[in-house]
Amino acid sequence: MGITLTDRAIAAEATPVAPPRQITHVMLAVENLNCGGCMRRIERKLSAVEGIASVRTNLSAKRVAIGVAEDGPGVETLVAELAAEGFRAAELAGVPARTSDAADRDLLRRLAVAGFATANIMLLSVSVWAGIASDMGSETKGLFHWLSALIALPAVAYAGQPFFRSAISALKVRRLNMDVPISLGVLLATAMSLWQTVRGTDQVFFDASISLVFFLLIGRYLDHSLRSRASGAAENLLGLKSGFATVLGSDGASERLPARMIEPGMRVLVTAGERIAVDGRIAAGTSDIDEQIMTGETVPRTVSVGDTVYAGTIALTAPIEVVATKADDDTLIAEIARLMAAAEQSRSLYVRLADRAAALYAPLVHILGLGTFLGWMALGSAVEPALMAAIAVLIITCPCALALAVPAVQVAAISRLFGRGVIVTAADGLERMAEIDTLVFDKTGTLTRGEPVLRNGGEIADDELARAASLAVNSRHPYSLAIVRAAGARGLSFSPAQGVVETPGAGLSRAVESDSGPGSSDERLGSADWCGVELRRDGDVTGTSADDGATTLWYRAGPEAAAIAFRFDDALREDAAATVAAARAGGLDVVLLSGDRAPTVAKAAEQAGITEWKAGLKPQDKIAELARLKAAGRHVLMVGDGLNDAPALAAAHASLAMANAAAVSQIAADGVVQGQMLAPIIDTLAMARRARTMSLANFAIAIAYNVVFVPIAMVGLVTPLIAAIAMSASSIAVTANALRLRTMELRLEK
Amino acid sequence: MTALAWLIPAALVLGGLGLAAFLWALNSGQFEDLDGAAYRALDDNDPTDKR
Repeated sequence: MGITLTDRAIAAEATPVAPPRQITHVMLAVENLNCGGCMRRIERKLSAVEGIASVRTNLSAKRVAIGVAEDGPGVETLVAELAAEGFRAAELAGVPARTSDAADRDLLRRLAVAGFATANIMLLSVSVWAGIASDMGSETKGLFHWLSALIALPAVAYAGQPFFRSAISALKVRRLNMDVPISLGVLLATAMSLWQTVRGTDQVFFDASISLVFFLLIGRYLDHSLRSRASGAAENLLGLKSGFATVLGSDGASERLPARMIEPGMRVLVTAGERIAVDGRIAAGTSDIDEQIMTGETVPRTVSVGDTVYAGTIALTAPIEVVATKADDDTLIAEIARLMAAAEQSRSLYVRLADRAAALYAPLVHILGLGTFLGWMALGSAVEPALMAAIAVLIITCPCALALAVPAVQVAAISRLFGRGVIVTAADGLERMAEIDTLVFDKTGTLTRGEPVLRNGGEIADDELARAASLAVNSRHPYSLAIVRAAGARGLSFSPAQGVVETPGAGLSRAVESDSGPGSSDERLGSADWCGVELRRDGDVTGTSADDGATTLWYRAGPEAAAIAFRFDDALREDAAATVAAARAGGLDVVLLSGDRAPTVAKAAEQAGITEWKAGLKPQDKIAELARLKAAGRHVLMVGDGLNDAPALAAAHASLAMANAAAVSQIAADGVVQGQMLAPIIDTLAMARRARTMSLANFAIAIAYNVVFVPIAMVGLVTPLIAAIAMSASSIAVTANALRLRTMELRLEK
Repeated sequence: MTALAWLIPAALVLGGLGLAAFLWALNSGQFEDLDGAAYRALDDNDPTDKR
């Protein structure tokens, strides 16, 4: 044996220990990580890459944690590897929800301790109660009481901390929340039971106090972990939105960096069709910019050297080089930020339902306790029995059911909405949504899909459409894409034309052989000017007016050919009209507020069935409108997506952002609606109303239980057994009632 | 009565072991991905790729 040890010692000296590798941890959000098969494929694919130390997927959070060794691949390589497997992935900015995870775990730890303590104390308590009925010696009873005390005291001290801390912080600002009576009840019950144990009597309530903590921690943990899941999902959405940008170095070399790593002064190359990653000023190039996300305006803006461009907008027709600037330099962004800050202030004044109940409940409970004490004293009893009765009243009114009433309902409601694709991130969002009586929509990207659709296809012959499409397929302009889509929908075959030149702000052209020389003999697709079309003052060419809200593109096959008009408008989402009708049926007013031009907005409003609408609104104007509605006593739900909606989303009574919304808007809103349909908005409102009714029903159950048991306590007949039964029964009733929300039918009624 | 003298501590110790095991599992991150854990249990870890 000695020889083996020496051998090992020698061996240890001989082999040098490798220096620990520097591992960087990368967290990617994966959009379509849906099943076990996906997990396996991702882990296998990434493990096979050189320089990867560890890969671990998380199906619940839809993320993958990768340990990358030094000299390992960059984030973009990993994203590309996943894309090759068919997974859309993106890096998560910053430290994602780390503190929220830690808080979840903390609650779970305390829950575990409370559960252990409850079970063991209940074991002892049931024995004692049985022993009261039959013969249990007083020494045994005493021993069991001491054991209960031994378990209960540390358990309550540890597991009750979330409530104690919350109660103290509320009391510091002279407010009452639900945790104040809870903490009071738990501490009094434990203290009194300890006192009674020392004196050797029967009135010991350890099981009541610890099971109260246990039940409430269950409610709190479920609520908290649901919120973490929701905010994690929302973070994933944000991560998937931001992308990479090509940064040009001073030596001409280019590098792909994540958008968040771009600093002011860096020069970014934006190719045609690419989303601009940062705010900045154009240093080179001319292009058309799609600014829907900023202003709601569907017609692209032509920009060139010196103009400002914003992150999230799309360069359409030509590549540009952008020098990144600080956000402070920009007036529009700063204005939006200022408006949002002001809006947040007024939002924080809303008092939650549970806190309102607590404000009524806590004083009432204390008055009842005091009243019991004084009543007994007045009837001539000694101090001690009077005190006992008073404390029994405080324990029995302990708001086990009341504190579970709202969380149980919230958890059931939010998890069901999660399944419908609505992520509710604000803690009191659902409560506020129950009070809504007016629905305000933004137009571009919210009511509409944000992409143009060819309207007058009936007037255009197949061969004309095919020729136009073969020009258009070379461009990323939304109208070009729409022409290509329309041609594809008709089943036309066309091949991309060669030699097509795209001129920003004008259109596409292709040189055509002609006798009269180059220039005017091009085949052209673009604006009226570009195609040489003369628009009469009343705008009426080929029997159409430019004011019907549609945008017109012209196609001219050659210098002698007549120009053909292609009309587009921004198509509404499929269920827009149905959603507006459902909202009306549910007793809601519907309003359309947009930054786009009046004719376009009028057309969209008419198609959707909305009678109240306003156009040409800047962010300040939208807020002014909301303020006007608020002053008229209406509670508004704002639904939007653009950056120009962000202040309005923050200012409205409640708000929802569409999944394609700008990052700031998603954060400002109370929830995010995923998918292409608007119907989830109606579902959310219906659920919010049901949840409110359910919360009130739960309050009623809790109050009913109190009405039954408080008289019993006041008379002094409450034993620990009765207290335990009452507490459990009311908690179960409240939770079972809340669970009904998972299967209830969702309908919006007046 | 004498049975209680060792039965009760035994019950508490066993319960305590259960609690300790749960807390250890929690700390080692076993509760972070409950959906994924279900699939991992069924994974065969086949070295060969079916391509």
